[in-house]
Amino acid sequence: MTVAIDRATGKRRGDRAPRPGLGQRLKNSYQKHWYAYAMIAPVIVVLGILVLYPLAYGLYLTLTDANSLNTARTIGVNEIEATYKFIGFDNYADILWGDTSYDRFWSHFIWTIVWTAACVVLHYSIGLGLALLLNQKLRGRTLYRLVLVLPWAVPTFVTVFGWRFMLADGGIINSALETLHLPAPLWLEDTFWQRFAAIMVNTWCGVPFMMVSLLGGLQSIDASLYEAAEMDGASAWQRFRYVTLPGLRTVSSTVVLLGIIWTFNQFAVIFLLFGNTAPDAQILVTWAYYLGFGQQPRDFAQSAAYGILLLGILIVFTSFYRRWLNRNEQQLAI
Amino acid sequence: MSTTTAQTSAAATEPETTEKKPRRTRRRGETSLAGAFVSHGVLTVASLIALFPVLWLVYLSLGPDKDDYLHPGRIWSKMTFDNYAFVLSDTNFFDWLKSSLIVSLGTTVIGVLIAATTGYAVSRMRFPGYRKFMWVLLVTQMFPIAVLIVPMYQILSDLGLIDTYLGLILVYCSTAVPYCAWLLKGYFDTIPFEIDEAGRVDGLTPFGTFARLILPLAKPGLAVAAFYSFITAFGEVAFATTFLLDDEKYTLAVGLQSFVSEHDAQRNLMAATAVLIAIPVSLFFYLVQKNLVTGLTAGGTKG
Repeated sequence: MTVAIDRATGKRRGDRAPRPGLGQRLKNSYQKHWYAYAMIAPVIVVLGILVLYPLAYGLYLTLTDANSLNTARTIGVNEIEATYKFIGFDNYADILWGDTSYDRFWSHFIWTIVWTAACVVLHYSIGLGLALLLNQKLRGRTLYRLVLVLPWAVPTFVTVFGWRFMLADGGIINSALETLHLPAPLWLEDTFWQRFAAIMVNTWCGVPFMMVSLLGGLQSIDASLYEAAEMDGASAWQRFRYVTLPGLRTVSSTVVLLGIIWTFNQFAVIFLLFGNTAPDAQILVTWAYYLGFGQQPRDFAQSAAYGILLLGILIVFTSFYRRWLNRNEQQLAI
Repeated sequence: MSTTTAQTSAAATEPETTEKKPRRTRRRGETSLAGAFVSHGVLTVASLIALFPVLWLVYLSLGPDKDDYLHPGRIWSKMTFDNYAFVLSDTNFFDWLKSSLIVSLGTTVIGVLIAATTGYAVSRMRFPGYRKFMWVLLVTQMFPIAVLIVPMYQILSDLGLIDTYLGLILVYCSTAVPYCAWLLKGYFDTIPFEIDEAGRVDGLTPFGTFARLILPLAKPGLAVAAFYSFITAFGEVAFATTFLLDDEKYTLAVGLQSFVSEHDAQRNLMAATAVLIAIPVSLFFYLVQKNLVTGLTAGGTKG
């Protein structure tokens, strides 16, 4: 056993002094870390009030049968007391395996998974392709970049309406398809085409973020690696496979995770594209919103239960994703 | 033995022959003519796809009639700015703009102010509970709106904050604060630790180091965090649609929807309003986007 002597104090280290009591440890910890705690205090307070309390309250609501008819409300001068009651886990049971749970939950669940996977794959592959093209020495590169970022620059709630005009029955897309003698689908009415349109619009909105992030990643790859690869006679594909892709790993794992979370939670595109008209094209988030605010009477308890389930799915997924990254010795940049 | 030398000599002479025709040797980073052609082609098509829906919105906004979007050909002959004049003078456009600005700026200011010290603390200090705290920050950012919207609605109703700007700002802060803290941590990480050490050696407290040395250096990072919270709050749809009831208090995101109701769809006015919103926001976006991108990927590109 090595016994080191601290030069400043002359104390022997290595032979540990007996562990101090809990009070002493707290005191030490307080003296050592109070700066840090004081600095994070504002965020802790804000998160406690704005996130934790509503979360706990929401969790409580999911265990009741609260809806807009039995919660406390004020009509004119009359104040009506809340009359909802505690029903335990019935809401969750009803959502997951009650009657018609397939139509209410599982069909939306499957569609949400398909939607997330399709959108993220499209975002990433198109974004990577465009980033690779923009990473060359090319005339007009800056101009292309500026134009391609446009879908990100214009707020989503604006562009979705642009798409709605284009996709409407008799809008420009269907007119163009008819001139080409192709079938003109009912984009905003038929379930399959609604889903197709939703993925298309979301892809259009989401590619620029991926493209720009990946372009940043590409530009940070050391050029000498390509030089070395070329010296070793690597083909273009091999350079892409063994230099570019590994070089992008950190950026990729981060933007893919962000993309999955954002797409899973994407509200604006589907809500604004269809409103309440497309029950089958609603992903879980918009469906939960519909239950809580889009119908009468508003079913607060079920809506909140959907919210908790969604959060659960995301947390489980993120934990696995991080663990999977750690196993591959990667770090998440965020 | 002799064969190998023959091969190497052949290989050695090959580059010389190609060098005589300079067109054929490509230097790194340069593409062949065909390659450049394909690249330009793909990028042009992609640019058109990116551009078209926005341009189409601009074009439709010039048509005077609400069903002109079905007959775009007719717009050419009767193009007019009447829609814009109508939107600016006879709708609540400026009220909506005011609401949007109040809510977004409020969120931005509160978000950045509250998150700044935290971003610094998690960037420089390790304390018991650090990992748990970072986990909480990460998880809060991925809250689907469905988790908080119902309880927030109930709580704000109890407090009488439904249909107020303050209520909406508070809701937005629940995502803006952790997000800013996370973003700022990324930026503070890029500022060398030596600066802190120098400050400490010269007798500054950690708060002094933060306020006098780091904060001035972190202005670009603060700007990115501010801009990002602004854009997020500006474009938020779900909470604003639910929590704002009075049509004079609508934010732009809600006001724009109000042109299309079940009874009437004033699409020409809607298109004009959409363009009026899109122009300043996208200009602003282009001004700061370079910083935004480096800010978002700073952590990632460091490797």
